[in-house]
Amino acid sequence: MTLAVFFGCAFIAFGPAFALFVFTVAKDPLRVIILIAGAFFWLLSLLLSSLVWFIAIKASNSQDLTLQRGLLMFGVFFSVLLQEVFRFAYYRLLRKATEGLAAISDDDGSAISVRQMAYVAGLGFGIMSGAFSMINILSDSLGPGTVGIFGDSQYYFITAALMTLALTLLHTFWGVLFFEGCEKSCWWVIAAVVSLHLLVAGLSLLNPLYEGSLPPVYVITLLMGVWAFFSSGGSLHSLNALCTRFTKMFIRSS
Amino acid sequence: MNTSDSEEDSYNERSALVQCESPTIPSYNQDHDMSLPQETDTKRRRPVSSGLDEPGPVERERASTPDGEEEELTLKYGAKHVIMLFIPVTLCMVVVVATIKSVSFYTEKTSQRLIYTPFEEDPNSVGQRLLNSILNTMVMISVIVVMTIILVVLYKYRCYKFIHGWLILSSLMLLFWFSFMYLGEVFKTYNVAMDYPTLVMIIWNFGVVGMICIHWKGPLRLQQAYLIVISALMALIFIKYLPEWSAWVILGAISIYDLIAVLCPKGPLRMLVETAQERNEPIFPALIYSSAMVWMVGMADSSNPDSGELHFTTDERQRNEGGALAQEGVESEDDAAQGGRRRYSAEEDLEEDRGVKLGLGDFIFYSVLVGKAATTGGDWNTTLACFVAILIGLCLTLLLLAIFKKALPALPISITFGLVFYFSTDNLVRPFMDSLAAHQYYI
Repeated sequence: MTLAVFFGCAFIAFGPAFALFVFTVAKDPLRVIILIAGAFFWLLSLLLSSLVWFIAIKASNSQDLTLQRGLLMFGVFFSVLLQEVFRFAYYRLLRKATEGLAAISDDDGSAISVRQMAYVAGLGFGIMSGAFSMINILSDSLGPGTVGIFGDSQYYFITAALMTLALTLLHTFWGVLFFEGCEKSCWWVIAAVVSLHLLVAGLSLLNPLYEGSLPPVYVITLLMGVWAFFSSGGSLHSLNALCTRFTKMFIRSS
Repeated sequence: MNTSDSEEDSYNERSALVQCESPTIPSYNQDHDMSLPQETDTKRRRPVSSGLDEPGPVERERASTPDGEEEELTLKYGAKHVIMLFIPVTLCMVVVVATIKSVSFYTEKTSQRLIYTPFEEDPNSVGQRLLNSILNTMVMISVIVVMTIILVVLYKYRCYKFIHGWLILSSLMLLFWFSFMYLGEVFKTYNVAMDYPTLVMIIWNFGVVGMICIHWKGPLRLQQAYLIVISALMALIFIKYLPEWSAWVILGAISIYDLIAVLCPKGPLRMLVETAQERNEPIFPALIYSSAMVWMVGMADSSNPDSGELHFTTDERQRNEGGALAQEGVESEDDAAQGGRRRYSAEEDLEEDRGVKLGLGDFIFYSVLVGKAATTGGDWNTTLACFVAILIGLCLTLLLLAIFKKALPALPISITFGLVFYFSTDNLVRPFMDSLAAHQYYI
């Protein structure tokens, strides 16, 4: 427990997101603003969905545990749908902003492309989602306490961290795909993103049966990553070029 | 002659100066003038040759660049300036939250109260508590209004020395006494043994360097750091000594006051801004956080033309101004000299970024909000939500400033968002996220 678990879980959950932030977002002020606005939109969606859940809870019998559980599951799915709605709303806002920037600039470009905005928006959603899931757990992991003292799983912290990492990356990929789908008006892409999000949330309902939730979620993350890479213009050729460039750099420096 | 004209000349509208207003609030000991109103200065850069002798409001100086290009440049530079404000606001909040979470002194409830909130909050009766907090708020706001009006009157009648003395006294108190208290509490928390001589040395050095940096000259980063630290200290004092409900009502009331004071035609802050614009001088930069270098102001001082980076130039300007007012005779000579330097510096400033300024009161109230969010319970989600809400509010305020190009208050939007998010996250999101975390469901 305590410090080792705290740092371990913190790095697992937030390491990649932090690295992505530092290397791709931090230098450009516009991207930072888009990131924070993305986080804000995710927060809004969470607020509305918890409002709905709260009303449902208050209107129902608090003693009936299965009902409460059912309402929580309903809350989960509703929240997922609302997140996607807010992602779409954010897309519309960003499009308006790009149009505005493009209209007033001399050359036809704007400072940031839609693809970059998609990535940053997705990252913003992911970071906020991860932070909200993980931060309280991290502060509890500093101790003192005993994990699973009432018979729950021993692996609570590490699975929470792994799940958070997966979700952060997934939100990033979904952001890219979603915006791409909206740009090209490919509604099946959007539908796929939404249904995959629902699927992932549904898989998490299988917890604490971690075999049922974590590996499938990671497989989905990998698939999403590949899909997002190809959808945003990457190709095997560019990967190849990247590898050879690194090899050349390495050879030249050594 | 007006040395602050040189400041005007180099105001570069490309840098989308956004200075946000914030109300003047009394300090703990009635000495410190915490937040200062600032003007919004999206002034166009005057053509170099004509700017020297022109008085008059900014609006008349319209540069020749077409609107679109200027707007795009504004937006391009606007993002940079938003970030230049995000960072110090974030740092201040981080300092406050870190202190709150670790040093228990600032969250211990005491029966001591500020004299500005004389009514005690009785936790037993909701109605009484609400009434008392509203009364406390009214007392506090009226004190603030009175202070602001006094400040405006003093400024109007050019009692600069008095204002200066007031500011110096209050920053003395902050830099020495409050930091001594803070250090003492930190040592107590971490059980660090400290002797008085070392402590006196530390506090003395800290305080004196702070006074120099803030009121005179110093490296930009050091000055920024000091301003952040004193804002954090002041916020911590408020968090400790304001009663629970009063703090929230005061936050709400002060953003409404800010809105009224800045936007209404007879509002004190608006009058302050207009007076300053009429006189072509900036308002009390002594307690304003400035995020960028001000090159040419060094040029304004005829005694040291190569003073390079000067970030706190108010005193110098004011001294020069005072000197100028007293020496009418040598005016024309000085004018020529100033003109030469101003021209040079204005050109140099073509490439220099003006940066943005934000009042320290805004820092303080943002940190009070986030700090109070951190105080209640162990919930980090609420703190994070308030933090994001405040940043977005700041972003929106700066956007509005870039669009409207006139003085706007920095508090209302951020504080409104912050309050909305605090209460909704605390009451709605927290139980939801707790239940989700208990079952390890992920959304």
